[in-house]
Amino acid sequence: MVRVPGMFVLIVGAGRVGSAIAKGMLSEGHEVSVLDEDPEAIALLERGQDSGWEDMGGQFTVGTALEIDALLAAGIDRADAFVASTDGDNTNLIIAQIAKKRFDIEKVVVRVLDPLRAAWYREQGLHTVCPTQVAIEMLEAAVREEVA
Amino acid sequence: MYVVVVGGGKVGWNLARELIDKGHELTLIEANQRRYATVEDALEHRVHYGDGSELWVLERAGIERAEMVIAVTGDDEDNLLICQVAREKYGVERVIARCNNPRNLPHFDLLGAKPAVSATDLILRLIEHEVPQYGMIHLLDLPEQELEIVELEVVPGAPAAGIEVRQLGLPDGALLISIVRENRGFVPRADSTVEAGDKVLVMLEMGLEEEINKRFAEAVAVG
Repeated sequence: MVRVPGMFVLIVGAGRVGSAIAKGMLSEGHEVSVLDEDPEAIALLERGQDSGWEDMGGQFTVGTALEIDALLAAGIDRADAFVASTDGDNTNLIIAQIAKKRFDIEKVVVRVLDPLRAAWYREQGLHTVCPTQVAIEMLEAAVREEVA
Repeated sequence: MYVVVVGGGKVGWNLARELIDKGHELTLIEANQRRYATVEDALEHRVHYGDGSELWVLERAGIERAEMVIAVTGDDEDNLLICQVAREKYGVERVIARCNNPRNLPHFDLLGAKPAVSATDLILRLIEHEVPQYGMIHLLDLPEQELEIVELEVVPGAPAAGIEVRQLGLPDGALLISIVRENRGFVPRADSTVEAGDKVLVMLEMGLEEEINKRFAEAVAVG
């Protein structure tokens, strides 16, 4: 794995996926900022940790993903990498494009549950990751294995 | 014209009714089942049930042959996405988006979801019209060009009252383009005189408002 030392990573949406990525990136020594509309979401970031998220050096901002003020407060203007992992496909697709087109962030990754939207936006040049599609392929492969 | 409207709330439903009355062919997409049932009573087969940001729902509604797509759901991210795929994936030439939060308007610009209509923004402008700042009414803003056209009433005792246009000495970046007197407007010439009680239309670069206001709408204290 290639390590980019000192990357500033902004993660929008701290559910199961976003918080796991955030913890991973922070433990690898990156600077990590998390934006979530739910003030309680910080609990997921601190689960299984000995100290608080901010004590460990993480940043946490409460705000709506689409609000430019919230994105700025979370540091979008200085982010090297951007992860859109809220529970809304459309929100993720829109904020990822804002990150890319307005703030010129090079590394932008978007979680999209709907395979159709994920595929079309991938064709448009967005780096979409579709867990549904991955699950479909894995399950299909597993079924074939069982049958064989 | 074939129009697809996404979002069957008050805006979408009323819009659909008006467009149908005007003779347009139309499909309305509504994602909430209860709302769908209500709207379907009135619009019948013209209403589709489903999430209008799902591509297959849009395709089922015939987006590929739509001449116009209007996204008026209560979520800006949905309206943005719908307009973007309508234009870029399905080649719909005309899209109109509702922008619920005027702070999101730059996002609509960025992603080509234009024109975006913000009711909040419109009401704010109306308030500005009704309760004008410095007695100045904004008639047209061209933010990209950093120009605006404003209307002011010339108050008695203002520096411009009773002065010929050529002697107004407006700052660079401001131009008097029309005078409205007794409800009749005309394009002034250099020798036209500005009178107290006139309404004047001034085109100006943004930032000159205060200076323009001083010339027309503030009386000079007579010593």
